[in-house]
Amino acid sequence: MPRTRGQQTNWEKFMKLTTLLTSAAMALGLATGAIAGSDKLKVGFVYVGPVGDGGWTHEHDQGRKAIEAEFGDKVETQFVENVAEGPDAERVMTQMARSGAKLIFTTSFGYMDATINVAKKFPDVKFEHATGYKTADNVSTYSARFYEGRAIQGTIAGRMTKSNVIGYIGSFPIPEVIRGINSAYINAKKVNPDVTFKVVWVYTWFDPAKEADAAKVLIEQGADVILQHTDSTAPLAAAADAGNVIGFGQASDMSEYADGPRVSSIIDNWAPYYIERTRAVMDGTWESVSTWDGIGKGMVGIGEITDRVPADVKAEALALKDAIASGAYHPFTGPLNKQDGSVWLKDGETADDGTLAGMNFYVEGIEGSIPN
Amino acid sequence: MDLSAINPILLVASLMVAATPILLAAIGELVAEKAGVLNLGVEGMMIVGAISGFAIAVETGSPTLGFIASAIGGALLSLLFVFLTQVVLANQVASGLALTLFGLGLSALMGQSYVGVRPPQTAELNIPILSDLPVVGPILFSHDPILYLSIAIIAIVWGMLKYTRVGLILRAVGENHDAAHALGYKVVRIRIMAIMFGGACAGLGGAYISLVRVPQWTEGMTAGVGWIALALVVFASWKPWRVLLGAYLFGGVTVVQLNLQAAGVAIPVEYLAMSPYLITIIVLVILSKDKSSAPASLGRIFHASH
Repeated sequence: MPRTRGQQTNWEKFMKLTTLLTSAAMALGLATGAIAGSDKLKVGFVYVGPVGDGGWTHEHDQGRKAIEAEFGDKVETQFVENVAEGPDAERVMTQMARSGAKLIFTTSFGYMDATINVAKKFPDVKFEHATGYKTADNVSTYSARFYEGRAIQGTIAGRMTKSNVIGYIGSFPIPEVIRGINSAYINAKKVNPDVTFKVVWVYTWFDPAKEADAAKVLIEQGADVILQHTDSTAPLAAAADAGNVIGFGQASDMSEYADGPRVSSIIDNWAPYYIERTRAVMDGTWESVSTWDGIGKGMVGIGEITDRVPADVKAEALALKDAIASGAYHPFTGPLNKQDGSVWLKDGETADDGTLAGMNFYVEGIEGSIPN
Repeated sequence: MDLSAINPILLVASLMVAATPILLAAIGELVAEKAGVLNLGVEGMMIVGAISGFAIAVETGSPTLGFIASAIGGALLSLLFVFLTQVVLANQVASGLALTLFGLGLSALMGQSYVGVRPPQTAELNIPILSDLPVVGPILFSHDPILYLSIAIIAIVWGMLKYTRVGLILRAVGENHDAAHALGYKVVRIRIMAIMFGGACAGLGGAYISLVRVPQWTEGMTAGVGWIALALVVFASWKPWRVLLGAYLFGGVTVVQLNLQAAGVAIPVEYLAMSPYLITIIVLVILSKDKSSAPASLGRIFHASH
């Protein structure tokens, strides 16, 4: 009975098989979306979480469905969910381009380099990368000015907190997230000078258990308002459990918690942009652009403010929303100092898009340092 | 920095909660591996358990029934693995991975109408006098029953493997299935039971996430815990109490680092974030210097004709 294979070889085999199988599964998943006529425009989507996350990825998928509703038979969409940022993403994009997709939306910041790399190999495929800053002839970037919504959240948070401690769950220390923290802080401080922020980084976009843990820790340490920059509704579940804590929907309305902790939300509305860009590819008018729209253009929506918020605070928040939409107010208006005390914006000065896009510093008053 | 913001009692209590899903999944996998079966489908069985338990708890209003359903759900899914590896003798690694992929898809399907629903609350045991003790009360005597059950399972598995005839047979099957077969033990039958036990435990662990730790249903919500449980079994050298130690270390450091971050401790956050993985691995690697090794038949296919 020749059985000499040891543990070692089994593990080696396991590693090889893992790689093999995941690519096989990927190919299978793609194949289902890739069959059918050649006159249709194929549009691909790469998602960082599951479409059922109830937040970020869910809203991108709504945008995908809007494309299908708009163009019907003329388009065919496909998506791959739960794609890890890094080499995995590159492989998925390559597969999509090979299977005939002519327009590919890559919907997470961490896909930036992968998108650029794959775009180089497929010059006739158009790529749209969400929240990044690197473009190419066939790569556009698009993002929403979420920080405008954060200003409104900050205002409500500053008015509503009783403990004056606001907890903030950060995903990764990238400009988009840091911008949100600063915007919320500045505008909370404006209405409540005693407010302090506690920031926790969880290093994931989607991990409900970890997000809930982070929310619980912040609540245990005195926070009675939780702001989140992660994709699932878990922090709201933790807030609901704790009782006297409020939170906000992130990326999606998360209205299922509206009778509980969720007092408002930031809603990403990608559908108009996705439809416009798909049409541009069909018409042959697609060009590489960098789009960054906010409340004014409707890319950022503010979910209904619930009755848990006192009427005067609600009115104040809505007024702020209108002011931001019309351009009368910019959430980053001086005088503002950086965390180290150096002057960033003089009185009345507003932040330029370049600084905002690459924001890597806290404003004065926020404690703690930003991880590298 | 404000360390006084950290409440050590709440901290210990919440680290136990954070560790329990990993603990349950890992002890189930330990039993399967002790019987010589490498089931990489832990993640899939957990997520199916998470939604089975969640759905039944919501429908019946009883978390207890939910947990029972989660164990059944996990065990039922593991039957697929049983069929593939014990009946048609497919490769265990491939079958396990397939089970995970299948479980993730199946759970998403099952859970469609449960997104945004809130489950009934799992009651915490409230033992008179004991629960009211200062410090010890909240840490030791005020948890939900499943947490105690998970520790009890560790103790039972340990005792069973070490002191009972059943344990001896299970280990024999895992160490050398041909010898066990020659001695007249039903290798396949024993392995099927071990796999189903693993499935039931993984299911319980999954439901612990969806009913206690988060509590809600979200697609893919186990987010890799099953893989951590798998790794933990190896690093714990297939020893039950070390699985407990490893799970509590991992859960503990995870919660502690979040607490330290929130308290503004001046340790770079990136080190804090990787600390659960590092510390757990280092401790268990040091412990496993006694050369205890994997069951010799682990992952090998058994056929009675050999």
